[in-house]
Amino acid sequence: MTDMTVGSGFDAGPVPERAPEQRVRGYWQTVWQKLRYDYVTLFFMALIALIILSAVFAPLLAPIDPYKSSMVYRLKPIGYKQFILGTDEQGRDMLSRLLYGGRVSLTMGIVPVVLATSIGGLLGVLAGYLGGRPNTIIMRTMDVFFAFPSVLLAVAISGSLGNGIPNQLLTLTVVMIPPLCRVAETATSQIRGMDFVDAARASGASMPSILFRHVLINAISPVLVYASTLVSACILLASGLSFLGLGVPPPTPDWGLMLSTLRQAIYVQPLVCALPGVAILITSVAFNLVSDGLRQAMDVKG
Amino acid sequence: MWFYAARRIVLTIPIALGVTIICFALVYIAPGDPIASLLPPNATASDIALLKHSYGLDRPIPIQYLIWLGHALTGNLGRSIQNSQPVAGEVLRALSNTLLIAILAVLVAFSIALVLGMLAAYRVGSWVDRLATGISVLGISVPSFWLGVVLVILFAVKLHWLPATGMGTSGSESFSLFEWKQAKFAILPVVTMALTPLSIIMRTTRSSLAEVLGQDFVQTLRAKGLGEIAIMRHAIWNAMPQILAMLGLQLGYLLGGSILIETIFTWPGTGYLLNKAILTRDIPLLQGAILILAMAFVAINLVVDLLQTVVDPRIKRA
Repeated sequence: MTDMTVGSGFDAGPVPERAPEQRVRGYWQTVWQKLRYDYVTLFFMALIALIILSAVFAPLLAPIDPYKSSMVYRLKPIGYKQFILGTDEQGRDMLSRLLYGGRVSLTMGIVPVVLATSIGGLLGVLAGYLGGRPNTIIMRTMDVFFAFPSVLLAVAISGSLGNGIPNQLLTLTVVMIPPLCRVAETATSQIRGMDFVDAARASGASMPSILFRHVLINAISPVLVYASTLVSACILLASGLSFLGLGVPPPTPDWGLMLSTLRQAIYVQPLVCALPGVAILITSVAFNLVSDGLRQAMDVKG
Repeated sequence: MWFYAARRIVLTIPIALGVTIICFALVYIAPGDPIASLLPPNATASDIALLKHSYGLDRPIPIQYLIWLGHALTGNLGRSIQNSQPVAGEVLRALSNTLLIAILAVLVAFSIALVLGMLAAYRVGSWVDRLATGISVLGISVPSFWLGVVLVILFAVKLHWLPATGMGTSGSESFSLFEWKQAKFAILPVVTMALTPLSIIMRTTRSSLAEVLGQDFVQTLRAKGLGEIAIMRHAIWNAMPQILAMLGLQLGYLLGGSILIETIFTWPGTGYLLNKAILTRDIPLLQGAILILAMAFVAINLVVDLLQTVVDPRIKRA
């Protein structure tokens, strides 16, 4: 956290209205100034936008119906007739399936992180701010979840619940909550001890007001940066679960599931079989590099 | 230090209990009645009640938990639905196979990561540093199950150098690391497993070593005329506690996260067992395997923490 944001919080206590708002925007302006000249991050941000847009507009972009199978055109190589990226084991167009597959795979990467950031972040801020017994209860519960490697926890919950989109979303959200909660708690308990929080309390600010206007705004950078690093992890985890048959049921296209069904065909059409993994890899590299860039721009350590 | 060790061990107990609660709860979040599969379709209500009673399922859940915990502590994790074998025995047999590749993978990762991390930290911003950073980004971004498939395509399907799947020519019983014909079955799983810990350990090495190299004592060493290699030797020992801690953590992650890699290579370890349990919806097997793996993870973390205080006496955490 930079001194400037801390300073802005201090100003925000006693002086209401305009002044603090400008200073807070000042922090985000510096972040933007740094990002503007970080061409690597900008490039990968654009790539992510492109991937998301191609998933959103998959119905317009896909050349062929992704569910249309054909016995004649099974496992054709890249560039065969109208199939730009070949066909899968049921003769369905790979390009179309990859475009549609992005819908499920990206949703599974982003939605659980957003949910977990809200739930875990809130729990962490509460634990960090309240301290004492609420902190003990929340954080020791999280410790129990930390006793599981994330893949194992995901397999445990997902394996018991069974497959399907709602179950996968639930599993991934539960897995992502503890780390986000811990980051939020650490950030909050550091801020809690700072003078401007005491000043706000002394000037009679209510607890929600202190929490949201002073603490949360200063704790949010590390939480957001951490959440951005989790998106890539979440995409990998989700595709892993789908690969194990714990994600969307077939025939819905999903990158992880496609990899798993195409595994039988590696002797016939190895290049085509590797394609869904390339999609996962590119997406996950892009998210990782963007989160590295954000970390530097937001000046968060760790 | 003994006080710290005792305290750390005591603090592990509630965590371990929490883990057992989560594992116990897995049966309850699984859809469907646990005894429905045991009953004939024409079972009467009294039959159901009788069976429930014989399994203790009519008691309050906390009591059920305590009974289950008592069984688990004495090594009784129930029997697999699929083949009626005791779960504990099956999981422990599989665990040794997983430990084998996980330890090898961590050792491979550690040795490469140490060299690359040192080179990267020595000249931050150099081409070695960029290469190392590139590898580490790839390493944490690559889906391990996809990497496994690609390696199989390359080395088994195209080049015929290495076998694609399995553990040894005639199963895991006759597997030996000291016989090339058998040992080559472990190469692809180990390489696939090693990439992620490699990138993470390298990141840790690079950042903690770069921090140490910025400290005053390094300048003092240089001032008194020590060579660069000797300086690195001093520096790496100072960074070692963090690196070793990361190593232990990664070993734990590999043990718990081996399911995807073992599924691809049909390596008969705990991950493969878990996958089998998921496919056949064998909840007792799933529960037992998860309990043992999570406990192994807790134990590894404890050992790493204790070892760290031995390696680095500066650590006197509260």
